[in-house]
Amino acid sequence: MAVRPEQEQSVMDIWIEGRQWERFPWWFVGILGAILFMIFKIVSDPQYTRAYNAILPGLRLTLYITVVAFLAAVAIGLIAGLGRISQNFVLRNLATLYIEFVRGVPTLVLISTVAFVIVPGVANLLGIQTPRDQTPRAIAALAVIYGAFLAEVFRAGIESIPPGQMEAARSLGMTHFQAMIYIILPQAIRNMLPALGNDLIAMLKDSSLVSVLAVREITQEARLYSGSTFRFSETYLILTLLYLIMTIILSLLLQWYQRRLRNE
Amino acid sequence: MSNPIEIAPDEIIVVDELRKFFGAVEAVKGVNLRVKRGEVVVVIGPSGSGKSTVLRCINHLEVPTSGAVYLDGIHLEDRRTNINQVRTEVGMVFQQFNLFQHLTVLDNVIVAQRLVRKRSNEEARRIAMEQLTRVGIPEKANVLPRQLSGGQQQRVAIARALAMTPKVMLFDEPTSALDPEMIKEVLDVMLELAQDGMTMVVVTHEMGFARAAASRLVFMDQGRIVESGDPEEMYHKPQHQRTRDFFNKILTHG
Ligand SMILES: Nc1ncnc2c1ncn2[C@@H]1O[C@H](COP(=O)(O)OP(=O)(O)O)[C@@H](O)[C@H]1O
Ligand SMILES: [Mg+2]
Repeated sequence: MAVRPEQEQSVMDIWIEGRQWERFPWWFVGILGAILFMIFKIVSDPQYTRAYNAILPGLRLTLYITVVAFLAAVAIGLIAGLGRISQNFVLRNLATLYIEFVRGVPTLVLISTVAFVIVPGVANLLGIQTPRDQTPRAIAALAVIYGAFLAEVFRAGIESIPPGQMEAARSLGMTHFQAMIYIILPQAIRNMLPALGNDLIAMLKDSSLVSVLAVREITQEARLYSGSTFRFSETYLILTLLYLIMTIILSLLLQWYQRRLRNE
Repeated sequence: MSNPIEIAPDEIIVVDELRKFFGAVEAVKGVNLRVKRGEVVVVIGPSGSGKSTVLRCINHLEVPTSGAVYLDGIHLEDRRTNINQVRTEVGMVFQQFNLFQHLTVLDNVIVAQRLVRKRSNEEARRIAMEQLTRVGIPEKANVLPRQLSGGQQQRVAIARALAMTPKVMLFDEPTSALDPEMIKEVLDVMLELAQDGMTMVVVTHEMGFARAAASRLVFMDQGRIVESGDPEEMYHKPQHQRTRDFFNKILTHG
């Protein structure tokens, strides 16, 4: 059976079109649909409206904890990451000890450990009073945990820069510190942006864990509301979609920012 | 300054019994080298003979296992020596250019002037433009290194080193990573620099440059200086078989 070239061509076309059809991000339509359906429910169903109104006041705290803890984690991660690759064996071992310690303990457990053991311990050492509010403890806990993850991100980022950059900087008379700040880190951070973005999103999600400290972010508000009203399904559906909306917006923003950097 | 060895006032680089081990590998096995102000010393030798290591010991990028390096009479290995200060007097040009990828050409030439020489922004900028003009690419001041050809990048690297107003310039195979058609533009800049009286130590296999610019040719093999002398003389009448073999090799294989 001979097939004419034109026919073959058109079969190819359909096949290619089919693949494009498959390439369309349907998953995103699904998520958008779920979000729109949720908004519709919140507006139209009083049970959902009530659950939503109960959770929403925690949103500011969720965002606040995420942002502040992430900034602190970046600072800790930078210092620990530099320690990890330091020539000084004391610094190197201290940094490794910290990183391995955090890696070896479940996140949920560590949050309580930092909040109830380490924060009061450090406050004692510094001779200051442990804050009564749980929020600073929650921030400290997340910062300590993510500081260890980010230390590895910083280490990998710095090691991704060819050693010739440091040598050129040193050969011009820059100190190791100057070379790090002005030459190595600006390039390393560029390479680290995808990993930093992922960790920011992970931090946003893990901020839900500080509900074990009774900090009234959205997860805690959801627990309190559902516990007293037994409206579990409405509450947790709304909570789930709130996180989903935030992580998707964040991830789109990060993608857009990275594309902009690349085109620069 | 109580140096244990005699250094004449015009000897700006003195390398004394330099040895360097990398683990069990002895890369440099007792090298002595004295360079006078305004001299251009070209170092040649097979790959792995220790040329780079000697050069890198001269600005303390490598720390000698034993022996000493003096720059303008200052003992580099002395713990009291401020090595960053010394390095501002020694420009270095690398095989791979090593331009700072996140900075424009102009900022590449400015950054160390500001941080290390503590020059004002205006002064650093003026000197940077002077040096970029000297190497022939002032019009590329505002582009990023990756937008330049290899030859242009290497000329920027030379300008960056010169902007620190060094007393000595070190070149480690500055044209080895370049496409053949770009080698000349870099060698021309180096030749001009030599004619302007800059003290230079150049590791290269470009015999044309060596014969045109070198006041002295040094041949290294297996961590030692095998022979050194006037470039023309050595080129035509090498004293050692190893030198002869090396010349034959680079002449037949490029
Ligand atoms: N950082 C290093 N670590 C280990 N070995 C090295 C290092 N640098 C150089 N070497 C070794 O030292 C010897 C001399 O190297 P090098 O000075 O680079 O020679 P050349 O520049 O003449 O090619 C070689 O055997 C090389 O493998
Ligand atoms: Mg070499």
